[in-house]
Amino acid sequence: MKYMMLVCADESVELSPAVRALIPAATQAWVSEMVGRGIRLAGDQLARVSDATTVRVRDAEVLLSDGPFAESKEQIAGFDIIECADLDEAIEVAAKHPVAAFGSIEVRPFWQP
Amino acid sequence: MTAEITAAVDEAFRAEWGKVVATLISMTGDWDLAEECAQDAFAQALRVWPRDGIPRRPGAWLTTVARNRALDKLRRHASEAAKLRQAAMLSPPEDPEGGGVEAEDIPDDRLRLIFTCCHPALPLEARVTLTLRTLAGLSTAEIARAFLTTEATMAKRLVRAKQKIRNAGIPYRVPPAHLLPERTSGVLAVLYLLFNEGYTATLGGRLVRHDLCAEAIRLARGLAGLMPDEPEAKALLALMLFHHSRRATRVDAAGDVVTLEDQDRSLWDQSEIGEAAAILDAAARLAGAPGNSAGPTPGARPGPYLLQAAIARCHATAPTAASTDWVLIAGMYAVLIELIPSDVVRLNRAVAVAMAEGPTAGLVLVDELAASGALDGYYLLPATRADLLRRLGRAAEAALSYRRALDLAVNDAERRYLANRLAEAEAAAVAGDDSIAPPN
Repeated sequence: MKYMMLVCADESVELSPAVRALIPAATQAWVSEMVGRGIRLAGDQLARVSDATTVRVRDAEVLLSDGPFAESKEQIAGFDIIECADLDEAIEVAAKHPVAAFGSIEVRPFWQP
Repeated sequence: MTAEITAAVDEAFRAEWGKVVATLISMTGDWDLAEECAQDAFAQALRVWPRDGIPRRPGAWLTTVARNRALDKLRRHASEAAKLRQAAMLSPPEDPEGGGVEAEDIPDDRLRLIFTCCHPALPLEARVTLTLRTLAGLSTAEIARAFLTTEATMAKRLVRAKQKIRNAGIPYRVPPAHLLPERTSGVLAVLYLLFNEGYTATLGGRLVRHDLCAEAIRLARGLAGLMPDEPEAKALLALMLFHHSRRATRVDAAGDVVTLEDQDRSLWDQSEIGEAAAILDAAARLAGAPGNSAGPTPGARPGPYLLQAAIARCHATAPTAASTDWVLIAGMYAVLIELIPSDVVRLNRAVAVAMAEGPTAGLVLVDELAASGALDGYYLLPATRADLLRRLGRAAEAALSYRRALDLAVNDAERRYLANRLAEAEAAAVAGDDSIAPPN
């Protein structure tokens, strides 16, 4: 069985500097362990949610909105990691996905240090 | 410094800022660096031009200076590999007065910049702000004043927009053909929003606001020049010019609103109307549709701006309010609703129908709109209803609608106008005079 593990955090919550300082090493330790055990296949940190674009297709029109999917009732139903030239290509790919016609697809770039 | 030099730098700033920034973004891929270096180049012009005279090609001079600055800065901060790579992409510094870059060798990258600033993945307010900053060259403080917000808010919005362009991979380019029509209408919408922001603001009393209408017209003129085959770009420019031609008459000396029918038409800017008409004709020829009083041709596909400009032309060229061709205007609104099925357009059509066929016909359409609840909270709905009731001599009902409109309006001048009309209607209703004659 495969699982998608979605790591959620509230970006508006300010962690204390001491706690924040621990996170990279702790995460790295978790990754090393899980990769070592053959559990973690792929994963990455996402950029801030403010860099996200949400794509919907309604009446054959591609609708874009800045930010994450707005309908909080919507559940994440799957994920794809795509490699595109730019956001326009990513929007095109997302708009072609069948779920875009009734749900919404959040296109978020990977974290770039 | 002589006034001549100041004027030359000022003119160069208006004409060249967007071009210099657009070119520098192309060269460096760095929006902040591009703006910084453009600023430096204009500062240097202020220092050097009084001494050496105004260069033959101010644009080429400024671009060369800005590029040299970029190269300097990238070299100085070339500790990071990425910056080194950027620096390597720039050719060696040049003497701005030497052979070097000729104006015609510099590709005009402003279209790429416009389309990137107006990318639909950016929030709408960010598109507007970014366009004003990078393309029109307004300072953050000027933009903040124009939108009645703080400089910090505007600065944050700009930082955030540029971050998204970089982080999300928004391409710096004119969109490919299959995306061009929808992206072009997105750009036009941003420019028209900008114009309307300025147009409404002129009614806002004595607030110091940058002349957004003039900026919007300048940007639309630039876009129409950069997209000579796009009828809607020309049509938008014509539409703005028609509206702008009436600017001197929209408020009276006391700052009160003067309605279209009461405006002094002899004060409308005839040269601007003439220019707008010529541009609209050119747009209509491109679109294969008539832009003048012949109305839309069956089979022709006039775009939404072409129709709106044609409507504005009907108003601008009618010698008197009474001679306005309301039948034609109502017909064009009917076509416009097919293209823009918005409730505001429906309300405008109701007004045109009322003028063409009488207030009763208009009132039916207004009441349909009111019943749908779509424009709840929009003051022009009860204001329009009140006006039609007033014209029908139903003063008591008119007063109720004026009161409702007054509750919803926010603009001072519009509120004063509504308050005056409310007082008239109340007086007429109290006097039991339901046969109040419409003024004029």
